[in-house]
Amino acid sequence: MSNSPIQRVLGLLLTIFSLSMLPPIAFSLIYDDGTWIDFVESFLIVAGVGLLLWFPARKTRRDLRLRDGFLVVALFWIVLGLFGAAPLILSERPDVGFTDAVFESMSGLTTTGATVLTGLDTLPPAILYYRAQLQWFGGLGIIVLAVAVLPMLGVGGMQLFRAELPGPVKDAKLTPKITKTAAALWYIYLGITVACCLAYWAAGMSFFDALCHSLTTVAIGGFSTHDLSFAYFDSVAIELIAVFFMIVSAANFTLHFLAFRERSVRHYLADPEFTAYIRILVVLFLIVVLYLVWQQTYPTLGETLRSSLFQAVSIATTAGFTTDSFAAWPGALPVLLLFSSFIGGCAASTAGGMKVVRWTLMYRQGMRELQRLVHPSAEVPVKLGAKAVHPRIVDAVWGFFAVYVVVFVGLLVVMMMTGMDQSTAFSAVAATLNNLGPGLGDVAAGFGDVSVVAKWAAVCAMLLGRLEIFTLLVLVTPVFWRG
Amino acid sequence: MNILILGAGQVGTTAAYSLAREEANEVTIVDRNPEVLRELQDRLDVRTVVGDAAYPEVLERANAKDADMIIALTNSDESNMLACQIAHTLFKVPTKIARIRASAYADHPELFHDGCIPVDVIVSPEALVTQHIEQLVHYPGALQVLEFADGRVRLVATRADRGGALIGHPLSELPHHIPNVDCRVVAIYRGGRGILPDGSTVVEEGDEVFFIAARKDIRTVLSEMRKLDDPVRRVVIAGGGNIGFRLAQALEKTNQVKIIERGFEQARRISEDLDRAIVLHGDAADEELLLEENIDAADVFVAVTNAEEANILSAMLAKRLGARKVLALINRPAYAELVEAGTIDIAISPKEITLGTLLAHVRRGDVVKVHSLRRGAAEAIEAVAHGDSRRSEVVGRTIEEIRLPRGAAINAIVRGDRVMMAHHDTLIEEDDHVILFVADRRQIDEVERLFEVDGGS
Repeated sequence: MSNSPIQRVLGLLLTIFSLSMLPPIAFSLIYDDGTWIDFVESFLIVAGVGLLLWFPARKTRRDLRLRDGFLVVALFWIVLGLFGAAPLILSERPDVGFTDAVFESMSGLTTTGATVLTGLDTLPPAILYYRAQLQWFGGLGIIVLAVAVLPMLGVGGMQLFRAELPGPVKDAKLTPKITKTAAALWYIYLGITVACCLAYWAAGMSFFDALCHSLTTVAIGGFSTHDLSFAYFDSVAIELIAVFFMIVSAANFTLHFLAFRERSVRHYLADPEFTAYIRILVVLFLIVVLYLVWQQTYPTLGETLRSSLFQAVSIATTAGFTTDSFAAWPGALPVLLLFSSFIGGCAASTAGGMKVVRWTLMYRQGMRELQRLVHPSAEVPVKLGAKAVHPRIVDAVWGFFAVYVVVFVGLLVVMMMTGMDQSTAFSAVAATLNNLGPGLGDVAAGFGDVSVVAKWAAVCAMLLGRLEIFTLLVLVTPVFWRG
Repeated sequence: MNILILGAGQVGTTAAYSLAREEANEVTIVDRNPEVLRELQDRLDVRTVVGDAAYPEVLERANAKDADMIIALTNSDESNMLACQIAHTLFKVPTKIARIRASAYADHPELFHDGCIPVDVIVSPEALVTQHIEQLVHYPGALQVLEFADGRVRLVATRADRGGALIGHPLSELPHHIPNVDCRVVAIYRGGRGILPDGSTVVEEGDEVFFIAARKDIRTVLSEMRKLDDPVRRVVIAGGGNIGFRLAQALEKTNQVKIIERGFEQARRISEDLDRAIVLHGDAADEELLLEENIDAADVFVAVTNAEEANILSAMLAKRLGARKVLALINRPAYAELVEAGTIDIAISPKEITLGTLLAHVRRGDVVKVHSLRRGAAEAIEAVAHGDSRRSEVVGRTIEEIRLPRGAAINAIVRGDRVMMAHHDTLIEEDDHVILFVADRRQIDEVERLFEVDGGS
């Protein structure tokens, strides 16, 4: 019976997730695209399985332990990826098989934004909305949402929370109660999304496009309702709005919370991660502009600025929207942008990648080693801002980095074994592990043409990236199961 | 309520556990030691802040400006007072509770007001524990003696034993046994399980009985439950720390007190401050020493050193060597359950004793006193009924009309100087002090709500 609390929480979460099938039904009826029946069926399936899991274990009183937290989160994301695919399998348009549907669903939930679908413009609106909604739920974490609405998770909620929220320092609670912290994060998330939606709408998108794109922008997802992505709109205003909201959403939500509570922006300026993040974006943007000007890729300076700004922000924050095929840019630029996605956004944001704060810490530690060469007996703590960072956290960051590299290489080898050339495979792993979306070479447009094995490898990579590897990897260690 | 606890020591941790368990409370804990906080964070739904509790910057990070109450429980009296001062001046925290150990400060209550040192409530765990033990020595046979309404009413816990006149009889016979005494049995625990007693409940040997009575009647009622022990004359105290010393000071006038202290310096120091008690320098777990000092003639042996394991062992040893009754200071509930009702007669939990004082201020409604019982599972509460029959759910009603949750019962009422046991037709008037026993702490919220005055309508 030791697994019953896990079963109970899992069942409950799945039942809640089934509710997310309801809004697409409304869209289907409004646009009369005939897919409503598929969503009703999906709703019944997911809710049924959820209740079936929950019912036998409903009376369990035991709290979740630390260990259960990892298991619940990992299992839930896996289960969610599978069940989230239900409407895509059931619907006739798009006509996709199991593998493609799971790929699309996982790409949505993990906010990767890589797609196997083409001809988005002709898909039923309900399906398009559903894809966007998947990204939105996955963005801040559906479990964080569950913690906010389910006070009964209690202390166990904190374990779940930690296993899902990205970043190396996870003890920082915004409010004393975990439910309130989770609720605060979701209010901010919702607020930013509404603002983004209204801005898009005002800038000329149709309301439907504005809604879908705001969901995927704020989630740093990358799904669009058009094959051309943002290029479809061809509007400077819309691109600037997208850039702004991508930057906001890839920043630490703790900062948004503090700024909102204190009604001041001083926390942003005082936060070493945020300033580093902005600096990285600016430098990246400048390099791209200068290189494109030098290579004379675009006829005018205005176009160069516009393209580089959008692409630099979109790739560096791991959103993965495109206005132009950056894969076709000259020289080192495509690879440079791809590398920037390894840095990704800030901790506790919706962005992917390894997070700016980890890179900041690694950089500081590198600097410390240099200083030690010059002053061998100096005591130099690794500092973040004015505060010394506990050596354990620095250790954890290095551990994370090492595992990230190992996982990356492993996946790269698997991809290449399926017949991909090296640069395609490299970019495919980077695009999925960093939750970026578009790659280079054969996966620049999408993952539709790659082999089944490669798709499943990509699904694993996306999940590993979203849950920051350890949450998933700990489950395959013997230590975890031994007792 | 938004509560800020400073210091994650023994008392701070217990307070956090107890307060965070209540749904309505938001608890933030400040301490210098990140390791301790990380552990707390893993087990409790609280926020933790690392830093020096008295620094304004730390209090700001702990969001003191939104706190309804600050409880300063760090090791240092001075830090606690300063933290309260800063919380008052910079963050306008309405309620401030501070642990102040040194009687040098506590003896001057006139210092503690908003114009000088803004502390609303002073908590001294040592003083409370000393008082507690003093009561137990005073009432041999009692496991716990808790005061309500400035001591006019007491709640006493005792273990029913052979020789008690009521053993084997139903409670309804109690008034016939002792016709002129008004008392009420509020709860019985048998084999660790609670029974809500009524007239037909039969008291059995080994039951833990909680009863309420006026101060003067306690001995009479106790004798109904067990053969009354002889009054205590010889007391041996193990541990000459803060509690041991205070206890010796309080008891030395009426009893023959010996106090055993291990540290030579400390033994010397307390011997200078004690008049009649005999201070022994040595180890309380030293068989030779105990025998030499006639432990077999001791009426009470109290182990109050800082180390609870040592307390348990020396108390067990003393019991085996012939001490009539042994008490030990034990913090961990698990230990207390292990040894109580076994070799050790009474396990004293300083945490539980201190907690009541803190809880009284967290409660809604006008709650004057809270005693935490059964390691926090149950509570006895003294609440004041305010308002009139329109705005209050208790005033102007008889006890049977009041909708109490299951497991909660009104036991006694103090009206002015009069102490009345509750009957089903007793009418509650304004400003009555109502004493309740709540068997399940989860229902406390509901009970408190009863005593809130409906402000608006």
